[in-house]
Amino acid sequence: MTAINPIGSSLNHHILSVLVQNRPGVLARVASLFARRGYNIFSLAVAPAEDEGMSRITVVVDVDSAPLEQIVKQLFKLIDVIKISELDPRRSVERELLLATVRANAEQRSNIVELATIFEAKILAVGVDALTISLEGHPDKLDDFEELLGDSGIVELQRTGRVALPKLDRGAHVRADTPNSPRGNMKGKVR
Amino acid sequence: MTRMTGAQALIKALEMENVDTIFGLPGGAILPAYDPLLESSIRHVLVRHEQGAGHMAEGYAHVTGRAGVAMVTSGPAATNMVTPLMDAYMDSVPMVCITGQVASHGIGMDAFQECDTVGITRSCTKHNELVLDADDIPMIIRQAFHIATTGRPGPTLVDLPKDILQNEMSWYWPSDDEVKASLPGYRPNIKGHPRMIKEAAKLIMQAERPILYVGGGMLKARAAEVLRELVDLTGIHVVTTLMARGVLPDSHPLNLGMPGMHGNATATTAMQKSDLLINLGARFDDRITGTVDTFAPEAKIIHVDIDPAEQGKVRKPDVPIVGDCRLVTEEIVRAIRELQQGGAEQPDLGPWKSRISGWHEQFPTTYEQSAPGAALKPQFCLEQLRDAAPEGTILCSGVGQHQMWSSLHWQFEEPYTWVNSGGLGTMGFSIPAAIGAKMGRPDKTVWAVDGDGCFQMTAQELVTATVERIPIKVALLNNSYLGMVRQWQEMFYDERYSEVYLSTEYPDYVKWAEAMGCVGIRVESPEEVAPAIEKANSINDRTVVIEFRTDANEKVFPMVPAGKSNDELLVHPTQQSIRDRLA
Repeated sequence: MTAINPIGSSLNHHILSVLVQNRPGVLARVASLFARRGYNIFSLAVAPAEDEGMSRITVVVDVDSAPLEQIVKQLFKLIDVIKISELDPRRSVERELLLATVRANAEQRSNIVELATIFEAKILAVGVDALTISLEGHPDKLDDFEELLGDSGIVELQRTGRVALPKLDRGAHVRADTPNSPRGNMKGKVR
Repeated sequence: MTRMTGAQALIKALEMENVDTIFGLPGGAILPAYDPLLESSIRHVLVRHEQGAGHMAEGYAHVTGRAGVAMVTSGPAATNMVTPLMDAYMDSVPMVCITGQVASHGIGMDAFQECDTVGITRSCTKHNELVLDADDIPMIIRQAFHIATTGRPGPTLVDLPKDILQNEMSWYWPSDDEVKASLPGYRPNIKGHPRMIKEAAKLIMQAERPILYVGGGMLKARAAEVLRELVDLTGIHVVTTLMARGVLPDSHPLNLGMPGMHGNATATTAMQKSDLLINLGARFDDRITGTVDTFAPEAKIIHVDIDPAEQGKVRKPDVPIVGDCRLVTEEIVRAIRELQQGGAEQPDLGPWKSRISGWHEQFPTTYEQSAPGAALKPQFCLEQLRDAAPEGTILCSGVGQHQMWSSLHWQFEEPYTWVNSGGLGTMGFSIPAAIGAKMGRPDKTVWAVDGDGCFQMTAQELVTATVERIPIKVALLNNSYLGMVRQWQEMFYDERYSEVYLSTEYPDYVKWAEAMGCVGIRVESPEEVAPAIEKANSINDRTVVIEFRTDANEKVFPMVPAGKSNDELLVHPTQQSIRDRLA
């Protein structure tokens, strides 16, 4: 298993966007496939997609191209998986959200607020000796922010899984070939 | 709309799927489903252990090509099904397993006999489903059969909470189109890519040392006939993997038999020296390839498989073709005919063929007959069994030495006459699988070859055979050891035998067989072998168990030691002096 590195720094990062039927157990099916082959899921985001009954899972995985091809083929064998696309970071938009509580006594506070302003982060809560900050943006930007915050002392930190979509080509029209929503009566929570 | 209970809908759905046999064992959670079974046309075979039900369903599926059905209760019954499900998954056997589950309000409460069946079986089924609404039963059963029997076949599981079985529902029977529409993520690719098929035909027409490497996928695709056509059209030699034995008659002059770790020397070497391997429905299993980087180093690869994930999993193909093995092979035959009509000719295969026949003559699969008074040779018993077997006999096997000897020494003349556990290597598979096979093909003689280690794992199902009147025949090769493990300890662990000796005295297999209502015969000397087999073949109203007391020193040859290249194949010791001619 790979150690946790700052996301976005590794050459072997691949972003998979997996469209699945939103049914009980679907996330477990997808996740256990990665586990079975011994690959670490780096980051994961799941939420209902544009079509009723569908969810989109964005998986960031650190793996060479050859095993990735095998994973994608195995994933596609799952009955609940409708579509898998690998997103090229150069032609995608990627976003994450970061929440951090940082030590901030009276002396440090203005420095941190300044840093937050530069990054367009938001101060969510102010304590006697700490601040809670939120920042949304590209994972690289979050990495930088995290690194700079590190000097002040991070008390707690939570980042979301990455979400990503293909970048729009200028002038391109969106195609209307989205799959039908089957089994409308069998909607379930992703668990 | 007809109202009925979920349980009635389940049984009706199984009838609509043309299920004629269920192998199972009832219990608390599945109880509601067993009540409407009393009125059903479906025959239920009551097993003694749920694992037996699973292997019976597999045996049934192996010989009929139809999905075998097993039905058991929740908790321990479901966990007992894990082995057969994994076995079926590894060997692509179509099978539908119905499990009871605790009532839906009890799920997650650690209720009595509760387990997370869909969670536990997720990685050993092609698909599984927990039913949460009785109205969904017909659709989910239809999906289970559709998924199990199409594409790359495999096991599916439907988990049914007790209250769902008891609830009322409105019966409906979804159409084929509705079933397909309900599975938007399931579209098996049947037809091969035309350009790839042309490319394959071209390679076949150019190869000087081609080998057809035929796997179980060809049997699953029911492609024996078109394989014969391809072989006769091109004159290319065939190797049939453990899972494909019988797809081409062993009497066919171009059939080299089984390659691999315990394959015959000619089949393994021919693959190794080939310049083109035409893989039809096989998966470059490690038992075939030996070390992958030294496997068939000069061979180009055509790989036909319905499962895209098999392409390039082990060996990168030069021509990958995803599609149904029968349809693709038919297309390849057509493409070759077109090339031939256009004037194309294969190179002279003469030199290659004479090399192969040279190996074949010098390195037959062989063994030494036992000295007078010494223990029986297992190969001798199998050959006697083979020669006395009625035409079309189905042979089932457990896992270990006796399995390899069966594959090496039997003469398979028809497809679907060989049932064994290949991928998972499940000891104890033979007896329940043979019972399932006999249920599927009651017109045929079914012989189960077993070792003493295997026999003791599932022998209780012989009670099932007796009580349910499913007469099979068991050839128990008893060498008092876990023979294959013993062989490895002898060869690779300096004869340090650790926990492989079972017992020469216990159990008394004849008494045990008789206690289970079978005819028991013990055979200790060569002259008793043929009469005992003749007697067994003449008894058709009861199960017969012949215990052959065999030589524990006997080893399976040839052998490619684990982790070695196929080039380092060990021939039978009597052929060792000419080993270098295997080149």
